[in-house]
Amino acid sequence: MMREELMEILERLRPELEFEKEDKLIDDGILDSFDLVSLIGEINDSFDVEVSFDDIEPENFNSVEAMLALITKLQEEE
Amino acid sequence: MVCNVLDYLEAGVRRHPDKILFADEKHEVTYKECMENARRIGTVIAGMSQGRKPVAVLVDRGVESLVSFMGCIYSGNFYVPISKEIPEKRMEVILKQVSPVCLICQGKDRELAEKLEHKTEICLYEEMALKEPKEELLRGIREGHLDTDPLYAIYTSGSSGTPKGVLVCHRSVIDLVEQFAVCFQLDEHEIFGNQAPFDFDVSVKDIYSTLRNGATLYIVTKKMIMFPKKLIAYLNEKRVTTLIWAVSALAIVADFKGMEKDVPHSLKKIMFSGEVMPVKVLNYWREKLPDAMYVNLYGPTEITCNCTYYIIDRDFGLDETLPIGKAFPNTEVFLLNEKNHLVKDEEVGEICVRGTSLALGYYRNLEATDRAFCQNPMNPDYPELMYRTGDLGRYRNGELYYVTRKDFQIKHMGHRIELGEIEAVLDSLDYISRSCCIYNKEENAIYMFYQAEEACDKRIIKDLQIYLPKYMCPNRYVYLERLPLNKNGKIDRIMLKERYICHGES
Repeated sequence: MMREELMEILERLRPELEFEKEDKLIDDGILDSFDLVSLIGEINDSFDVEVSFDDIEPENFNSVEAMLALITKLQEEE
Repeated sequence: MVCNVLDYLEAGVRRHPDKILFADEKHEVTYKECMENARRIGTVIAGMSQGRKPVAVLVDRGVESLVSFMGCIYSGNFYVPISKEIPEKRMEVILKQVSPVCLICQGKDRELAEKLEHKTEICLYEEMALKEPKEELLRGIREGHLDTDPLYAIYTSGSSGTPKGVLVCHRSVIDLVEQFAVCFQLDEHEIFGNQAPFDFDVSVKDIYSTLRNGATLYIVTKKMIMFPKKLIAYLNEKRVTTLIWAVSALAIVADFKGMEKDVPHSLKKIMFSGEVMPVKVLNYWREKLPDAMYVNLYGPTEITCNCTYYIIDRDFGLDETLPIGKAFPNTEVFLLNEKNHLVKDEEVGEICVRGTSLALGYYRNLEATDRAFCQNPMNPDYPELMYRTGDLGRYRNGELYYVTRKDFQIKHMGHRIELGEIEAVLDSLDYISRSCCIYNKEENAIYMFYQAEEACDKRIIKDLQIYLPKYMCPNRYVYLERLPLNKNGKIDRIMLKERYICHGES
């Protein structure tokens, strides 16, 4: 459920990418700052969490798995 | 009198040869090292050209890009920065238009350079930097130099589908950095944190202000800007004092609330340009760093970076707009109406500029040059050029305010984009019958509307990325069986805007 919702957000953001295959979205410069700002905004709204200063690290956005782990962590903290 | 930007570099070498001039994440070069390497590179290039010819430089975020620029200048030629990040097709379009003497790249980018479809000679940075400098040759070049000779050509989006190369001479850049030093009290203690890519003219202010003032420049990577924690730590480590950044980069720090835990303690001066600064973003920075000087800068590449400035001197409410202020000394900025008359106070007119800051024109494009750089209509008596910015402005209480664009050019993520250039690429795709692009400011998003046999967003994006840098690719795609037309048979942009773009405004 969470995965599907995240995939939908990512699809809308960059329809041409196959996100499941990528694990260096940030390190390889695939996502740029515009993408990251939109992505974090959408994650906050859709999952009712607050991605904060300490969470904005490259490791948390390099892959779909990393993003899911971050969202899960944030939801548990709520 | 300073006639060549290299005079600044050499004065720095005399004053403090071992001071760091440019540094990136991995390397640093001192004033002396930069000059020595640049003279070696300059010697090699001078062997290939008589001077005043373009030399393309494949740039990234490393100090080698900057040393290469200096090398081109020593050779008596001008540089044309080309980013490694733009699509190959776009590099080829630029190289074809420029036909440079050679293309400078580093060993690591050789493969990329060789893959390009052009007949330019490739010169490797590492190889050139080992050659012996020929002092006599370099001296002769220098003696023949005029301050009206070109320094660089920077490519910007062009509405007809081909980018335009804005050609700027030494004198204009010298004028710019001299005015900056006076207006913003810059000196050798300045440590610049460079955010702007080197194929983007915002970086001209960093590079030459550093040289003019005998200061130091640290290159801030794109990744750091996306991750404020790393950014703030870096700015503190390097004790950066001055930022001359694109609004979009400062906005990322504010959007991510990047200064909640720590702030860049050494920062004293924060200047921004590229698009309208949202008051919300400015207020965040001012709240965190209340003692810094904030400057709103305005101007297109064609008048050498900036022609007006406004030092923020009061609080701004969210419903207010920042003025773009007043003209730099030695520059005149005035507003003309459609009849080419000066507008009255409070009336809207096109922002026009005259002075030393005017670019020489668009490289190999006389037609576009004549349209934008024309005889000052207020002066019928002797030849005098002015530049039409295409921006509309208005004076209020003695301060100039930016109003909007006259045409379809937009500012998106700090980049100047002609929507017509995107549309020109779309028209070349055979499966699209009609299309148009509209910018929605509130979402910061480029909408693309298209008519085709079926919806094919993914295919379009993939094809666009062959020709255009990512920041030029639309953010929203709307497929329609038929695009609405207005009475004149043109695509009805107003109707599209009202029907499909949430807030209507663009």
